[in-house]
Amino acid sequence: MDVNQYLGIFLEEAKEHLQTLNRCVLDLEHEPGDLHILDEIFRSAHTIKGMSATMGYTAIAELTHEMENVLDLLRKGTLKAHADIIDTLFQCVDRLEQLVEDVANGQPGSVDVTALSAKLASLAKGETQPQVEVKKPIMESAKTDSSKMSLNETEMDMVKSAIAQGLQVFELTIGLRQGTLLKSVRAYMAMKALDEMGDVIKTDPLVEDLEKDNFGQEFSVLLVTDHPADKVRDTILSIAEIETVVASPCGNQAVAESATVGSENASAIDAVNAPADEHTAEATKEAKAEPGAAKQKGRSLLRVDAEKLDSLLNLVGELVINKTRLQQIGLSNQLQELSEAIEQMDRVTTDLQGVVMKLRMVPVGQVFNRFPRMVRDLSHSLGKEINLVIQGEETELDRTVIDEIGDPLVHLLRNSIDHGIEKPADRTAAGKNPVGEVRLIARHEGNHVLLMVTDDGKGLKSEAIRQKALEKGLVTKAELDMMEPGDVMKLVFLPGFSTAETVTDVSGRGVGMDAVRTKIEALGGVLELDSTPGHGTRVKIRLPLTLAIIQALLIQVHDETYAIPLGSIDSTINITPADIRTIQQQEVILLRGQIIPLIRLGRCLGLMDAVDYEDGQEMYVVIVQAGDHRIGLLVDSLVGQQEIVIKSLGKVLTGIRQIAGATILGDGQVVLIIDVNALG
Amino acid sequence: MAENEAISDELKLIIFKLGREEYGMDILKVQEIKRMMSITRVPSTPSYIKGVINLRGSILPVIDLRTRLGLLEADLTEAARIIVLLVNEVIVGFIVDEVVEVTTINPENVEAANVLSSGLSTEYISGIAKAENRLYIMLNPDTIVNIAQA
Repeated sequence: MDVNQYLGIFLEEAKEHLQTLNRCVLDLEHEPGDLHILDEIFRSAHTIKGMSATMGYTAIAELTHEMENVLDLLRKGTLKAHADIIDTLFQCVDRLEQLVEDVANGQPGSVDVTALSAKLASLAKGETQPQVEVKKPIMESAKTDSSKMSLNETEMDMVKSAIAQGLQVFELTIGLRQGTLLKSVRAYMAMKALDEMGDVIKTDPLVEDLEKDNFGQEFSVLLVTDHPADKVRDTILSIAEIETVVASPCGNQAVAESATVGSENASAIDAVNAPADEHTAEATKEAKAEPGAAKQKGRSLLRVDAEKLDSLLNLVGELVINKTRLQQIGLSNQLQELSEAIEQMDRVTTDLQGVVMKLRMVPVGQVFNRFPRMVRDLSHSLGKEINLVIQGEETELDRTVIDEIGDPLVHLLRNSIDHGIEKPADRTAAGKNPVGEVRLIARHEGNHVLLMVTDDGKGLKSEAIRQKALEKGLVTKAELDMMEPGDVMKLVFLPGFSTAETVTDVSGRGVGMDAVRTKIEALGGVLELDSTPGHGTRVKIRLPLTLAIIQALLIQVHDETYAIPLGSIDSTINITPADIRTIQQQEVILLRGQIIPLIRLGRCLGLMDAVDYEDGQEMYVVIVQAGDHRIGLLVDSLVGQQEIVIKSLGKVLTGIRQIAGATILGDGQVVLIIDVNALG
Repeated sequence: MAENEAISDELKLIIFKLGREEYGMDILKVQEIKRMMSITRVPSTPSYIKGVINLRGSILPVIDLRTRLGLLEADLTEAARIIVLLVNEVIVGFIVDEVVEVTTINPENVEAANVLSSGLSTEYISGIAKAENRLYIMLNPDTIVNIAQA
């Protein structure tokens, strides 16, 4: 079977299940013995096992298989979920993540799992006594299972003689995926594969019925073979659309007894296989229950290639451009009828655009859900106790933003945990709860999404920041003295700044906050920080909902037209040459008593200086927010406000500082979009 | 590149003019030929990047071949065209003075570029093709665009 076409789905689903595993093991740590959590972990581990076996990633299958063994003991209560087990489970999840990553990179199998597998096995054996007990009920359950497949005397004889020859007899229950078409074909493929491995003694339903599609989602086969159960199971699982294979050693009591007598070897293997087999059976039941539950919610979800969404968005973008063009034609030719029709079309395109944008929206929970694990590991390694509170995971952001927002948030969380939250002893001494609290909050705020990382740690001391900034030569003494308290905080965003006394592997290398700021600004976002010494720090990130279609102001410099995103525009003002002053050669203007640097946009864009302005002549200045300060851009004229679709300049023209992208106007003209942040 | 082409029986070239010289490029890389259209200048780019154009909704960079090859600049006439090529998965436009024709060349009639003395930027030239009494300078679009990217 060519598995490559399923690779994407495999990776996607594996990642989802790994996330579930991570989340659930965390929950398990807090509530060991919660059966629901255990069941969920089990289901995910089992699904991963099944998928990876089908795809031929044996290392993943092997590891999940061992995990299942331990999980089953946990579920049965014969093992307690103590710290060692939780840690090992986490290690397994990490290793699985690595393995899946390797698969994604096209080099599966480079990570060794034997050590972990062995550890799991030894954990499972940690309480040898219970494990022996475990075997018994399984044998019994196998017995009850086998009742549905009664053997006549001849068949019984065959089974007995096979066992006497040292062969193994399995009863295989093969389950097809829900909604499988051509079940008979799958059954035939399974039967063919089984025939190659041994002799099929009996099937239930009869072979004729199997060929006629006359059966439900699963069928049973009694197989005599010299292959181990794992091998048989894997072979069958490799057939497409076969979801579960439960291989239980033939459960007939007489046979089982004779097996023990006849060949100790075989029974030993059976016993080892038995627990896993039973898991499969249970997991199958649960898996079946799931679709039903999903139906109750009345939602059907569709997995769509992100690229298709992108091209849909592109097409909608084209439509918007053409609509604008029609609008212009209607206006300039004063065609009443056309204008009316366009108004209709305008409504439809606006709705369409809204829907497409919504399609691209993804809940931030997708990014957030990896944090609890990270916070746990970090706080453990730092010897701190931290409670991570996450709010507003359901808040949605554009997919492009979601993809980029993870790293900055990791930085901020690490900062809070490493520098912010104090050690439990220090916290108690300061009269605080020894358990620190870090909050990660997402919520809508107007046309933006607000992300907040707050901690109740020791906060930033503005004196320490001043000191550090001076030490590192980031500011001069004079500059510092002029600064307002709020501005002092902003110093931490400067490249090379770090207040941590010691550089740890977690943070403190002085690249963090600068990198965070750069990233957020690249996303069109704004970063704010405030802190109360002794009470904690809060970092606010304000992000635009979408990056693809924005409102912009079109301006002209010389005969070139440029677009400035409306989101970063503060206001536009008219000045005369007399309003321009200079401070140390830097041209500035006064706006409501505030000094604002003036930048001649033409010069920034490599154009000659505009004609000299006459006294009293009107000049247009666009006041924009560049990072944390405002600047004035001197332009020749203002064209108007328009909705624009952001397009990339392509691979050849990357890294142009002043330009954030391009857009196409209604008349087909390409207009560049100014990157305001780069001008500041 | 040139070796690969030599294996196939014939070479189909698009022939265009820069000044009085005639140049050729593998036709397979050519996507379409456009009349001159409005080009938006992009700041902070090398001088041979004329800017970007809108090709049915996608934005692509346009390279002025004259500047790129170190030839003298000249005013473009009505005959000037933008040749749109797909080079290394990137779509770019080349401005040429005039597109002449599409012709077929026997690979045996292609000589290596090193017969030329210095003075020509040979890294962009994959060979000289001879046909009847004409000479075509064969360009290698890969290097022309690649170095632009670097």
